[in-house]
Amino acid sequence: MKYLDEFQDPALAERLLDDIHATTEHPWAMMEVCGGQTHSIIRHGLDQLLPDGIELIHGPGCPVCVTPLEVIDKALEIAARPDVIFCSFGDMLRVPGSEKDLFRVKSAGGDVRVVYSPMDALTVAKENPDRQVVFFGIGFETTAPPNAMTVYQAKKLGIENFSLLVSHVRVPPAIEAIMTSPVCRVQAFLAAGHVCTVMGFSEYPPLAERFKVPIVVTGFEPLDILEGIRRTVHQLEEGRYEVENAYPRVVAPEGNPIAIEMLEDVFEVVDRSWRGIGMIPQSGWRLSERYRAYDAEVRFDVGDIDTSESAVCRSGEVLQGLIKPHECSAFGTLCTPRNPLGATMVSSEGACAAYYLYRRMQLPAQRPAQAGAPEEATPVG
Amino acid sequence: MCLAVPGQITRIWEADGTPMGQVNFGGVTKDVCLAYVPDIQVGEYTIVHVGFALQRLDEESALDTLEIFRQMGELDAEFGDHWGRAAEQAGMPRPDQAGGAS
Repeated sequence: MKYLDEFQDPALAERLLDDIHATTEHPWAMMEVCGGQTHSIIRHGLDQLLPDGIELIHGPGCPVCVTPLEVIDKALEIAARPDVIFCSFGDMLRVPGSEKDLFRVKSAGGDVRVVYSPMDALTVAKENPDRQVVFFGIGFETTAPPNAMTVYQAKKLGIENFSLLVSHVRVPPAIEAIMTSPVCRVQAFLAAGHVCTVMGFSEYPPLAERFKVPIVVTGFEPLDILEGIRRTVHQLEEGRYEVENAYPRVVAPEGNPIAIEMLEDVFEVVDRSWRGIGMIPQSGWRLSERYRAYDAEVRFDVGDIDTSESAVCRSGEVLQGLIKPHECSAFGTLCTPRNPLGATMVSSEGACAAYYLYRRMQLPAQRPAQAGAPEEATPVG
Repeated sequence: MCLAVPGQITRIWEADGTPMGQVNFGGVTKDVCLAYVPDIQVGEYTIVHVGFALQRLDEESALDTLEIFRQMGELDAEFGDHWGRAAEQAGMPRPDQAGGAS
């Protein structure tokens, strides 16, 4: 346990780890849903501090990574238009589309701007009434209320030159898709803490009951993750499958009711395609009828787009926890943060990026990838 | 992306009928929308995601988390220079300097 001194409270970390080691009698595979948790786990080597039988399977909770290629290509097309100011979170700049990315659109003269808050995009729209301002609204339940507020405000204030390119996804349908996959190995979930800050966790007991899996709401800091794992191991060893909240300091059971009310007004649930994974029923949101006029896909005619995904990239399997990043033959050779084949290699929450940043020196060398080798991702659900 | 960073409310005002606040994240200050935590007061701590307060937080937890995020470089990832980082990662010149706005 050579890393213990890196913890904020090494004595607490040691107690949590001792308890996990003392409790674990069987091998278990648990999935951390959120890419932020994956990043923290790999960075701090938490998986290497656990008993040998405990496997952490990295989940699909990287919104940048699962935004469908078709939507990325639409974003790139809209962003390149001379009448458009395209606003985005910084994480999207280098996510590969079929041919380019937002960074290259900007380099070629497109007016792409990074904003800290979606409300900043609305301010840009107010300040540029003669231009169309589009915000790229991606993210899970945590980010959906902020993005929803922009459209609510645009309608309220009559800001007609603003629109939202929506690609929102929801966690519970993804859990269902993972658990119904024929190749599923997941026996428990560490649920994403900040998603539950918004939504609470009332959606999870039916999933825990149906699939007989413990679901433990878990935070992002190393000690939070160890506590989530500790509680999960206790449930698994005792044969329980309950929803527990290991992150009560920012997660209330009911979530944030004001934010949920806004979501229900501005969005409606739809089927969504997840990049590398495929369509998951009821797994996303689009603008509701009342706000449809602010949908960038309606405002700009970007209907038919031919997409072309890398034939080598196995990010879909990485996102479903079917392989670890270094098991892809392109990892660290054909695919690096400088030349990413998939979004998981550029996002700060992508598992491939985390392994590349923190693990590549420890991993066995990759054999060079065969360009064009058929590597189909197995769809879940 | 789903990371929410703790900070302290230092000022509150209303803009276009929406409660807004200035939040201090261990030295970095940002304007933040308070519409989802409308009864929060100056001096209280909140966790903030992409410019929106999502929940109250006690002071001790907030300060602990801020310190961890600072050590992990998360504050820079949240508030730092996205174009500069993307340019470095891509090995290409920054595209945002000629036009000014970023």
